Amino acid sequence: MRPFFYIFKGGNPLYIIEMRNITKSFPGIIANDDITLQLKKGEIHALLGENGAGKSTLMSVLFGLYYPEAGAIYKNGEPVQIQGPNDANRLGIGMVHQHFKLVHNFTVLENIVLGVETTRSGVLQMKEAREKVLALSKKYSFDIDIDKEVRHISVGMQQRVEILKMLYRENEILIFDEPTAVLTPQEIEALMQTMRDMAAEGKSILFITHKLDEIKQVADRCSVLRKGKMIGTINVAETTKEEMSEMMVGRKVLLSLDKEEASPGETIMSVRNLTQKGKAGEKDPLKKISFDVKAGEILCIAGIEGNGQTELVYALTGLKHIDGGQVTMEGVDITKAKIRKRTETGISHIPEDRHRHGLVLEYTLAQNTILQTYYKPTHQSMGFLKAREVIAYANRLIERFDIRAGEGADTPARAMSGGNQQKVILAREIDRDPKLLIAVQPTRGLDVGAIEYIHRQLLAQRDSGKAVLLVSLELEEVMNVSDRILVMYEGEIVADVNPKDVTFRELGLYMSGAKRMESGVAV
Amino acid sequence: MNRDAVMSFLSSLVVLAAGLLIGFIVLLVSNASASWEAFRTILTFGFSGIRNVGDVLLGATPIIMTGLSVAFAFKTGLFNIGATGQFAFGGLTAILIGTNFEGMPNGLRVLFALVAATTAGALWGAVPGLLKAFRNVHEVISCIMTNYIGMFLVTFLIDRYAFNPAIGKSQALPEGSNLPTLGFERIFREEFLPGFFRVSRVNAGIVIAVVVAVIIYIILEKTTFGYELKACGFNKDAAKYAGISQNRNIVASMMISGALAGLGGALLYMSGTESMGASNVLLPYGFTGISVAFLGLNHPVGIIFSGSLVSYLFLGGARTQVMGFSIEVVEIVISVIIYFCAFVFLVKTFLGKHIGKLLRRKGERGDGA
Ligand SMILES: Nc1ncnc2c1ncn2[C@@H]1O[C@H](COP(=O)(O)OP(=O)(O)OP(=O)(O)O)[C@@H](O)[C@H]1O
Ligand SMILES: [Mg+2]
Repeated sequence: MRPFFYIFKGGNPLYIIEMRNITKSFPGIIANDDITLQLKKGEIHALLGENGAGKSTLMSVLFGLYYPEAGAIYKNGEPVQIQGPNDANRLGIGMVHQHFKLVHNFTVLENIVLGVETTRSGVLQMKEAREKVLALSKKYSFDIDIDKEVRHISVGMQQRVEILKMLYRENEILIFDEPTAVLTPQEIEALMQTMRDMAAEGKSILFITHKLDEIKQVADRCSVLRKGKMIGTINVAETTKEEMSEMMVGRKVLLSLDKEEASPGETIMSVRNLTQKGKAGEKDPLKKISFDVKAGEILCIAGIEGNGQTELVYALTGLKHIDGGQVTMEGVDITKAKIRKRTETGISHIPEDRHRHGLVLEYTLAQNTILQTYYKPTHQSMGFLKAREVIAYANRLIERFDIRAGEGADTPARAMSGGNQQKVILAREIDRDPKLLIAVQPTRGLDVGAIEYIHRQLLAQRDSGKAVLLVSLELEEVMNVSDRILVMYEGEIVADVNPKDVTFRELGLYMSGAKRMESGVAV
Repeated sequence: MNRDAVMSFLSSLVVLAAGLLIGFIVLLVSNASASWEAFRTILTFGFSGIRNVGDVLLGATPIIMTGLSVAFAFKTGLFNIGATGQFAFGGLTAILIGTNFEGMPNGLRVLFALVAATTAGALWGAVPGLLKAFRNVHEVISCIMTNYIGMFLVTFLIDRYAFNPAIGKSQALPEGSNLPTLGFERIFREEFLPGFFRVSRVNAGIVIAVVVAVIIYIILEKTTFGYELKACGFNKDAAKYAGISQNRNIVASMMISGALAGLGGALLYMSGTESMGASNVLLPYGFTGISVAFLGLNHPVGIIFSGSLVSYLFLGGARTQVMGFSIEVVEIVISVIIYFCAFVFLVKTFLGKHIGKLLRRKGERGDGA
């Protein structure tokens, strides 16, 4: 049944944006199948759906990056043609992409005005731009140094640059594609507030996220996609988290994890006095870190981003040399070992940055599944890759980890949805049957169903006697999954606690450096 | 044929057409009345007669090799503009061996010359490779330097050991030191008077080039070595994460790249058509190789075709001299056409985006996220 107003040729003027019957396919998959989405002026409209459901695709259609095979877009009831980002911009549509698109050696200010510079007789006029940007930044209390080069500012700040870009262009329809996936809890809090402020001013916001809490906090309405189809739009205030996740996955999802008590065994990895010197004038990222990871436990490194977690993982996996201390794996000293050697001792590594370390985007899904094992006899003989076995192997992982990609094992990694890219890495690293799994933010960008699955996998690893070192910024995950928590603050371990004996508040105090345990930490 | 291959082919055709158009305008400006005739010659001469076909293949041989050289390095993320120097080194080695070592049986001497030239190219390519791997010197800089060092060294050595004062160039190789012709002379020939033939000098070189291209294809696509090389080229951080040794691959890639160019030099100077000048000029083959690699979209099989095509244009272009076009104009026209080839990737991306749109066909590939 179509609502009555469909008898008119135009769109419904009630909505600032109406995407009607949009269909967009890619090789082997219909990413958006006859989707209708209606955005009211001044609302925050969340978009929820499993990995690969078609959320980014739909937003890319609205922003002019893809052209749909069928369907129409209306603004305030008038049909509009959006052939590219320039058209979108002209219509007041702006987008913050899942992976930012900034010029790294330009300053914040230069990035913001890039593409819409004012010039007078060919000379750049930055003064007005500067004033306008400063005013905007002040209005939303962004606290950003607009003369810094983008490569020197944090991810959270980079996102603010992206937001300022939209505001500077006076966009009134703002698209956020998983903006919170890369932020710390504090930054997320600030972003939520910014979004509320912008909506209060009459801007309309489309907001993709996998976190139901965030939807609950800020969104007015939420549209749910599943496998390319629109399932429905609901009023957030009248719906529970459980209902939303059921709508999205098509079955009930356990939002909390119940697990057995851990029974730690032998020490697998042991770290002593690990030290990393900072560059001149900077703090040391790692100061005499010591701890053990035992078989059969999930040890979690918690902390606010930038307190040495990244450096610690680099040091353990060999991505960076260390300046002092010792790392042993089952008693064997690997402090100086090459990366391949460490991998061979049974270390798996789910890296923090999936595009930088985790994947070769130009390779296919199948080629990425053998990134760590291509040289093993299972995948090659006499220097030749066994093409058929590799495909068969990839298909097994696709099956087991429910990886969704248009062309199966042959899909280029670049053409996969963000969450499914993450699943490829997880599958590869877990399937190697490691003795120690180092997982950095393993569920970043995954939908609730996939998170549930991954958490179960981590537990299964633990229960089969493997050691798991989990680095996470999310308190919820830390508390739910781990058996023991180490808190890092300014390159040191300031607490070693059991999740059962600690409250969220206490953990927060440790993480912010307000509190620390004195003796016997960690070893 | 998959979609990607179709797109590659189409985009190569598009840049070629654009290049030809501008080339035609240059001809028009330089001599309007003869321009159409000259343009037609450029387009058709290579196929007008079987002997010309042979000459196209002969001319394609060295630039297919330098094209492969550039493309191979490129797959590892390296820009080998040193192919020229490696080519010269290989050529020099072949000449020195071909004009000496009289005691050796012919077949053995040819084989020896080919192997030695390949090795010489590899060693010359290793220099920028090592500098990049262990001293982090950008390969473009060190390639430029090795090109010049190579050029002077070649001049010096030719002058000393294989100089023919009559032509001011290197001595011709004795016939027995040239590549076998495999009976091609009975195919690629034209009877210009009863019983008299003009014969193309095309020889085993083109066969070697094609075989090498296929081997390179297999290395890149089917072996773990190729998998490593390409991983380094596409994403060096991910390669490092996977425990792949960046340094080893940079050196290996530059050596193979150099070997290909070096072999190319041998194939050229062992054809009995060219002598090496002892006059301090950089040879053009390495630079032409860059265009050939681009036009062939860095694909070994594509390079066989793009090399042949460029050779075809050169042959036709050279022919227009008989219509009074100066060699400079001819060079400009051919260069314009080749320069356009550099846009091939741009065109491919563009086509990928818009053809799909126009035909309402499925699929573009961008950032999935
Ligand atoms: N550029 C592309 N080329 C080919 N297929 C693509 C491309 N972009 C997306 N797809 C496919 O379309 C489907 C939808 O992808 P999309 O990125 O929209 O998912 P998503 O809902 O944003 O997922 P996620 O939560 O994982 O980011 C996926 O199956 C993906 O493989
Ligand atoms: Mg997405």
